Amino acid sequence: MSQGKALKAQGAFASLRYRKARDRVVELILLAAGLVAVFTTVAIIFILVYESSFFFENVSIKDFLTDTMWTPLFADARYGIAPLVAGTLTVTGVALFVAIPLGTIIAIYLSEFAPHRVRETVKPILELLGAVPTVVYGYFALIMVTPLLQKLIPGLPGFNMLSAGLVIGLMIVPYVASVSEDAMRAVPRYMREGSYAMGATKMQTALRVVVPGAFSGIAAAYILGISRAVGETMVVAIAAGMMPNLTFNPTEPAATITAYIVQVSLGDLPHDSIGYQSIFAAGLVLLLMTLVFNVIGFFLTRRFREAY
Amino acid sequence: MATTAALTLEEIRKGLAWRKQLDKVFVLVGLAVLFGCLATLAILFADLLQQGSSRFGWDFFTSFPSRKAERAGILSAAVGTSLIMVVTALVALPVGVAAAIYLEEYAPKNWFTGIIEINVTNLAGVPSIVYGLLALGLFVYQFNLGQSILAAGLTLALLILPIVIVATRESLRAVPKAIREAAYGLGATRWEVTKDHVLPYSTGGILTGLILGLSRAIGETAPIITIGALSFIAFLPPSPVTAEFPFLSLEWLKSEFTAMPIQIFNWVSRPDQAFQANAAAAGAILLGMTLLMNAIAIWIRYRFRKKINW
Repeated sequence: MSQGKALKAQGAFASLRYRKARDRVVELILLAAGLVAVFTTVAIIFILVYESSFFFENVSIKDFLTDTMWTPLFADARYGIAPLVAGTLTVTGVALFVAIPLGTIIAIYLSEFAPHRVRETVKPILELLGAVPTVVYGYFALIMVTPLLQKLIPGLPGFNMLSAGLVIGLMIVPYVASVSEDAMRAVPRYMREGSYAMGATKMQTALRVVVPGAFSGIAAAYILGISRAVGETMVVAIAAGMMPNLTFNPTEPAATITAYIVQVSLGDLPHDSIGYQSIFAAGLVLLLMTLVFNVIGFFLTRRFREAY
Repeated sequence: MATTAALTLEEIRKGLAWRKQLDKVFVLVGLAVLFGCLATLAILFADLLQQGSSRFGWDFFTSFPSRKAERAGILSAAVGTSLIMVVTALVALPVGVAAAIYLEEYAPKNWFTGIIEINVTNLAGVPSIVYGLLALGLFVYQFNLGQSILAAGLTLALLILPIVIVATRESLRAVPKAIREAAYGLGATRWEVTKDHVLPYSTGGILTGLILGLSRAIGETAPIITIGALSFIAFLPPSPVTAEFPFLSLEWLKSEFTAMPIQIFNWVSRPDQAFQANAAAAGAILLGMTLLMNAIAIWIRYRFRKKINW
């Protein structure tokens, strides 16, 4: 009898030891999954730098940065990244011109003015706008927006950055609105009450208390919008044309960094050709641009962070 | 007191009335902007349906791409997209959920965990085409997977991993501490607590995250163009079920492919007007699928929220 009890206890200890060992194994597996994220980042940087290193063996960094022509696929190849960067910045500028005012107005309205029911219904629907496949937005830009713009601006070419930028702007409105709204809602209620008690209207409270109080979050929303616009590919590839063009005039056609990568990918370049390697150099510039905007955003949010 | 500095009651009332007017004006502006954006979505969908209406029909779903617009269909694109989504889901779900469990339930608070968290946040902001370049350099050339369904599925899985991780972490965090403490109190190990108590409560949130991730992946074009999806594929990948033993085949993973967004891109970039109708019809189907997935995600979130009463 007592021997049986001892055996049982021994069994329980053995099973506990087994269960603890299993816990360790599971933890290691879970950790490995977590490391996939680290691995992805390292792999992105490694692949971009490694593949572009072949490109920079043939092209000097000085030419890459100062030449004003980008024609890697032509017989007379020139490798200045400036036209692609100009195209990317112009499209991003047009997009922000749309997304920042519209997104901010929607955020202020939803956070400060809209009744609870309206906010709860509208927000998920608004987020659907951000879920539309970008290739469909590209169709929208080329087939619907460009003909409309051509009526307003005679002589507008069929491919232009204006139409692509406007549509990208519309596409990122939900991101800007949603993140800014979250930031505004995080401003404590008593700050609004204080403002109302001083006789301020809703509008004054929104603009002078809530928006400044939430500014770091709103800045983060704008940065998110910029990153999206800079990296957007299909809309520009479809609607802005594929010709590198050093201009900041949105009514002209021009290729962006992303559109160039798509253009080369669609062709059938051999793995070791310089045209193929050039897309990794372009990708590296794209990644650095988003990185720069994010660093600016980081410092902006820190500079304007309000502690309650 | 100097009379010039002080406002009369009349003036104050006037100012207040004016400021209250501004409030009303802003409400109107806000509503106008909001409904303007929503109306655009509706117009876009309606236009796709109208432009593509001539193409909707059984043939459109059962035909391969063709040089003739009216004979072209989305069979290979739809099959390609479905198979890629299967690979993406099978990879992103376990890896994403495991990473989230590690970060939420296991990870000690130290610099190392901090690095993983920063990585997850940053990856969400990396442009999708950069994932395409990563896949081209890594999967296609280093791992020799070629321009295959497997490479595309893995690429999109990496792309949506942050979405799945963030959604899973949120739903794990929503499970009250008391439930964990009770299980520990009865002698359960950490994994038993997680597997038997925390995970079942978070299923809704995890599913929502997965579906939202897949709805993002299904419309992604740039990364799979980069790894070299073709737009003219007039065959289907080998069937996963075979007549001979062992009846299952993984050959389809290695097959070349096309996908819905690639097909739309190809059609929309052709100068021939007739192909625009095809692009519109396929676009309507893709958009419909995305909206449906989002609706399902919202519904699941709603159901699970209603069901759980702590």
